[in-house]
Amino acid sequence: MASPGRTRTAGLFDIRTIIGGLLGVYGVLLTLMGLFGDAEEEKTGGINANLWAGLVLLVVGVAFVAWARLRPVQVPADAGADDA
Amino acid sequence: MVPPPLATTLIDAAPIDYLIVALYFAVVLGIGVVARRQVSDSVDFFLSGRSLPAWVTGLAFVSANLGAVEIMGMSANGAQFGLPAVHYFWIGAIPAMLFLGVVMMPFYYGSKVRSVPEFMRRRFGTGAHLVNALSFALAQLLIAGVNLYLLGSIVHALLGWPLWVALIVAAVIVLSYITLGGLSAAIYNEVLQFFVIVAALLPLTLLGLHRVGGWNGLQDKITAAANANPGTIAPAADQLNSWPGTALTGFSSDFLSVVGIVFGLGFVLSFGYWTTNFVEVQRAMATDSISSARKTPIIGAFPKILVPFITILPGMIAAVYVTEIADLKAGQSVPGGASGDGVTYNDALIYLMRDLLPNGLLGLAITGLLAAFMAGMAANISAFNTVLSYDLWQQYVVKDRADDYYLKVGRLATVAATVIAIFTATLAANFSNIMNYLQTLFGFFNAPLFATFILGMFWKRMTATAGWVGLSAGTLSAVLVAFLSEDAFGSLSTGLIPVSGQGASFVAAGAAFVVDIVLSVVVSLVTKPKPAEELRGLVYSETAREDLVDPAEAGYPWYRRTMPLAGIALVVVVALNFAF
Repeated sequence: MASPGRTRTAGLFDIRTIIGGLLGVYGVLLTLMGLFGDAEEEKTGGINANLWAGLVLLVVGVAFVAWARLRPVQVPADAGADDA
Repeated sequence: MVPPPLATTLIDAAPIDYLIVALYFAVVLGIGVVARRQVSDSVDFFLSGRSLPAWVTGLAFVSANLGAVEIMGMSANGAQFGLPAVHYFWIGAIPAMLFLGVVMMPFYYGSKVRSVPEFMRRRFGTGAHLVNALSFALAQLLIAGVNLYLLGSIVHALLGWPLWVALIVAAVIVLSYITLGGLSAAIYNEVLQFFVIVAALLPLTLLGLHRVGGWNGLQDKITAAANANPGTIAPAADQLNSWPGTALTGFSSDFLSVVGIVFGLGFVLSFGYWTTNFVEVQRAMATDSISSARKTPIIGAFPKILVPFITILPGMIAAVYVTEIADLKAGQSVPGGASGDGVTYNDALIYLMRDLLPNGLLGLAITGLLAAFMAGMAANISAFNTVLSYDLWQQYVVKDRADDYYLKVGRLATVAATVIAIFTATLAANFSNIMNYLQTLFGFFNAPLFATFILGMFWKRMTATAGWVGLSAGTLSAVLVAFLSEDAFGSLSTGLIPVSGQGASFVAAGAAFVVDIVLSVVVSLVTKPKPAEELRGLVYSETAREDLVDPAEAGYPWYRRTMPLAGIALVVVVALNFAF
């Protein structure tokens, strides 16, 4: 069993920050592709898919980072605050 | 044999796509490095120090299973059979996941075992344990090889790298993140890849629906295709309604087909898989409390309910929108495909990506597929190293050493397993349909295991001898049924029993279950049971009620308690079965 001392470090790299960061970076890349790249609308049927997907990813990414910032993992073991 | 690099690849990747793939791998390796700083003892390495919240392990629980079979196989099933493929989710997974969370998880978590075979040993002693641990370890090596092969062949098809280069690069990356961070890193990556897969498949599905004119347009096109080729394509009504699913089971009677799906797939096969498969259960054991452990499969059930909409639905769209897949379904053989040996239903998703996604989103979709196959392999290997170091090495080879000795054994086992997987991957490359055989074989293995477990948990009279006798006899009888069926063992089957396809594995699993239960009861009645005090925490009637629940849980709001969540999932899945 984990001792109470170590559960403190369990939140050192919060998974929500990592998810939010990666999705956010992908969002920026896709949004830029949507704005400046070839939208290839003959494939998508007239929708700028990169732009829309990029914007949604950006929102989701920011939401995850915000969640991690606003409700940090609680110390010690009762990790209730971040429990879904 | 190493196939030569393709002159033209199936999909045209641009620099932006490579950048998106590279970013993902940088993050994955980064997680391994950071996770390593936290690993201090063997509980940490193998069970993540039991510190993870339920939503993380719940997503990992689904993700560990969201690998090659799930994504490629289910989109292939969608293209070939249509909606009946949803039975693999709404009948073949959700009820078993809820049962695992509500009934079985308290025993696993409460007994503090590190693996499912270890639970077997505490309940039935070494006979059943050794059988279980050995076959499990072997199975994991073979499945890891299949995952690695699929991963390598997709890289080969998408990026044009030679297969052997793709295999080795993939193996090295999987190896580095597991050895660096253990289960924590594997679980964190599974959660991450879940979001990447959704981000990849959701736009694909939405764009596909847009191009075929929405759900109504899709129905019209499937009906038109079925009417145009009545000889080769199943009637539209069979493709657009999940029940009775005769095309899926191969049974000609509607009634038998429903019975086969509910009992064979829904009860024996799926309960056997979800409740005893350590790759899955291990994720729940990494949580911070018994309440979180129980909620892990139940929280996982919610995304699992929705997965068919981003796997089976794109498959159905590909069957009417992608020329190659539509031609294949109309009975033609089409050259090309990911393997280069002709288009198969497995290629449905890749062709749909090619036809719909602009560069950028394409890179995200490639990343999603690569991530899924890698996670599948990583899950096999991390389960393998736990069972090898604790259930086999510590139990039977070198006993009573310090904890860090077994930790070292675990790391070596991971390296060895990865190298072996490269060989089992080349083995898999020789069999075009090895996935079918592996699945059938593991169905045989899981069905008796589930029978032994469930009887052992609820009947204190069941003896140690009954444990290993039932397990072995159940497996043997399933193998016998496979030999007597038409094609469960390919050309080795004799065809004495007229069942084939999925129907055959349902019948084999059913036989294994019944034989195991009957023999276990008979043997138990003539042998000596274990004393009651050794069964506490292992058998339902010998375990105090307060050992099975988390005292803190009653104080949680309803949306964080086990039973209300399970109830909601059950209602949703029943409603979906009526709707489709």
